[in-house]
Parts: sequence; C-alpha cells; structure tokens
Amino acid sequence: MKAGGSEQELREAARKLLKDKKVGVVVGYARGTGELRSTPAFIRHGKDADRLIFDRTCGISLVPHLRKALKALPKGAKAAVVAKGCDGRALVQYMAEGQLKRDDVVIVGVACDGVLDPRKSDVLSDSCLRCRYPNPPVYDVFVAEPKAVGAGDEYAAVTEFEKLGPEERWGWFQTQFAKCIRCYACRNACPMCYCEECFVDQTNPLWFGKSAEQPDTAMFHIVRALHTAGRCVDCGACERACPLGVRLGLLNKRIEKEIKERFGYTAGLDPEATPALATYDEEDKQEFIL
Amino acid sequence: MNEWQPKILAFLCNWCSYAGADLAGVSRIQYPPNVRVVRVPCSGRVNPIFILKSLENGFDGVLVSGCHPGDCHYISGNYIARRKFAVLKAALEFMGVEPGRVQFSWVSAGEGEKFAQVIGQVTDTVKGLGPAKRLVKTAEAPGVAG
Repeated sequence: MKAGGSEQELREAARKLLKDKKVGVVVGYARGTGELRSTPAFIRHGKDADRLIFDRTCGISLVPHLRKALKALPKGAKAAVVAKGCDGRALVQYMAEGQLKRDDVVIVGVACDGVLDPRKSDVLSDSCLRCRYPNPPVYDVFVAEPKAVGAGDEYAAVTEFEKLGPEERWGWFQTQFAKCIRCYACRNACPMCYCEECFVDQTNPLWFGKSAEQPDTAMFHIVRALHTAGRCVDCGACERACPLGVRLGLLNKRIEKEIKERFGYTAGLDPEATPALATYDEEDKQEFIL
Repeated sequence: MNEWQPKILAFLCNWCSYAGADLAGVSRIQYPPNVRVVRVPCSGRVNPIFILKSLENGFDGVLVSGCHPGDCHYISGNYIARRKFAVLKAALEFMGVEPGRVQFSWVSAGEGEKFAQVIGQVTDTVKGLGPAKRLVKTAEAPGVAG
C-alpha cells in the first residue's frame, strides 16, 4: 500500500521525536500479515520510522501496548503513541484513573475516518459508524488536520433495540452469548481491562464457572460491561478482536447512555474528572429504590 | 398451600436494614418467610457479582437494603452503592431480565414496619413474575452439555 501524505507526516513526526531524544519509543501501527491487517509496532530508531502506517486497518487499541512499552523504558523516559480519537479518549481515561501521567507520554494524534471490522468484510466497525470523537481530546502533535466532531445520534442502535420486548431482547442476547467461546480476546484487546488479575481468572473465590455454558458466559459479559461502566470509550476494540463476531458493544453503549443521562459523565474527555462510579452526588436520582 | 413460593435473597446492611429486620422481629410484625438474609457491613459492600451469582444459583429475586441517604455508617457507602445499582438495573432491564427480580431499598434501624412492608412488596412482585428462568444455571439451560 502506498503511503499517503499524512502517513509521511506521521513518519516524519516519529523520526523527529526519536532524533531529538524526546521519547525512547514510538508506539504505532505497522503493516501486519496481509494488506488488511495491521500490527502494533515499537519504533526505537529513526530509521525504522518508515514502517509506521495509519489507515483503516489500524483497529487495535495501542493503549495497552503503550503501558507495556512504558514499563520497559528506563525511569523518566517518555514514550510516544499514535492515537485515534478513541485511543486518545482511552489515554485521557487512564489519566483520570491515575494509570498514566500526562508527562510520561507524547500523544501523536491522527485524524481517523473509522476502521474496518475484520468480520464485516468491507464495512466500518459499528463503533466507528456512531463515533462522535474522531480526534484525541489531548495531543502534543497532530498529523494532518483534526476532523469535524460527529453529529449523529450515537445511541440510535440502543433506542432501536429498546423498542423490542423483553423476550426478544433476552433472545438476542442469548444468541450473542451462545457464540462466545470464552477466549477473553475482548478483554485482552480492551484498553480499560487493565486489572493485573481479572475476576474471571480468579479461582478462589471462583466467581463463575470456566466453561462456555450459557449463564456463565452471560455473567462474564455483564460483569465485564459493569467493570467498564463509565470508563468504556466505545473504541470497539473488543468487537474487532472477537473471533466469533459477538456484538459486545450494545450493552456497553446502553450503560454509557445511562451514566451520561443520570450522572452527566462521559468517559475519556476530561483527565481531571472523577470517573462516575468512583464518586457520588447526594442528589442522585433514586426513583428505583423502595 | 401448594402455591409456588419464591426464594428471595436479601443483602441487609449491618447498621440499618439488618437492625430494621431485627426490630420487625422483636415487634412481632408478620412478613413473608420467603426471604433469606445475608448480613453485610454496608450496602456498598454488595458487589453486583453477588446479585448475579444469586440469580444464577437459583434465587428468584434479590433485595439489597441499606441505610437512608445521609445515614451511612461509612459516610458514603450507600451513595456509591446507589450509583452502582442504577447502572446494574439499567443493564439487566436492557437485556430483558424482569425489573422486579433485583430490587433496592433504604430501611433504617427504626423502620421495622417498613422492613415488613418492603419484604411483602418484593415477595408479591417476584411471585407475580414466577420462577426465575433468565441467568439461572440449571441442567436444562441451553448450552449446557449433557
């Protein structure tokens, strides 16, 4: 694939950061196995910067890789990361949660037109179709021009789904969970699933059975959605990582809507804000409490 | 006599609702015997996993009860819990789980009457819903081998 103008600009920016010794490593994307795949790349020398790409195949979230890259660097050294809008929001959420210091990272923002979902052959990822934040909220360098903020109704799919009766809704979720083989690729790809030990890996207590039996699978997905509640930035990395095409994003989106309406909080926009479920307001609505 | 009776698990906070249940008891207020009580230090201690696990293991309904807002022994446990429960409730309803299966209440140590009334109300709702089928782990559940 021929490198476009902004790709050249991206490589130039990476080369400059490395040459000026501003960062020890640039975490970005390189061409993966085949034209439609990208892979995370860790660029440590300016001469390797030409490996960097950015296009519609760059769907992996680099945020978990950035954390690993930072740990490998000597103390005080910075890392740069190529960030789409959603990755930028994940970085902001990390800062809000005390997982990342703003000074440790150089954010290279890229203008994102959405990325492909490998299981939808030629269509954009669901989360990209409803994306409202194509640019990272904070960045140090921006390659090309920031894009206009999306204006569509990001909750259209949620509203549509809610028109169904409870029986149909449950039925749809059953078909999704039935596909799941509990490989945890969604969790591994998720920038927000950064726990050192995940609840599904704990054996004492064993929260849920390990098999792909229906209720256990459902529990896994519900609890994962709850653990990322008010933190999920709807990057869609989970859906793209899923080898079986489980539509994981809808439940997360519903929870995101609840938190936005109830607590007025949107994840990944303000590094100073306290995450919605880590705080409270005495005046929170409680119409559901007897 | 042979009417189906639901099993309901109640997580009661040590400082208010558990004492409220105790008061209902010593005051000899009648309430349905369908409820099994788990005493927790605070409603904030109740992890949503506990609620889901209760349903999975065969309870037909779950009640979490804590101190009224402003009365939490740990200052803010019930406020934090309120946020968690709002999200859990929205998620379960969205998935098609009946809203009445999982309920929340504030009952103070002085509200023996209210405790009995809440238990009555929850029991009636769950009775109306019938035995829990969703999220329940049974040999007949789809996807279970054998």
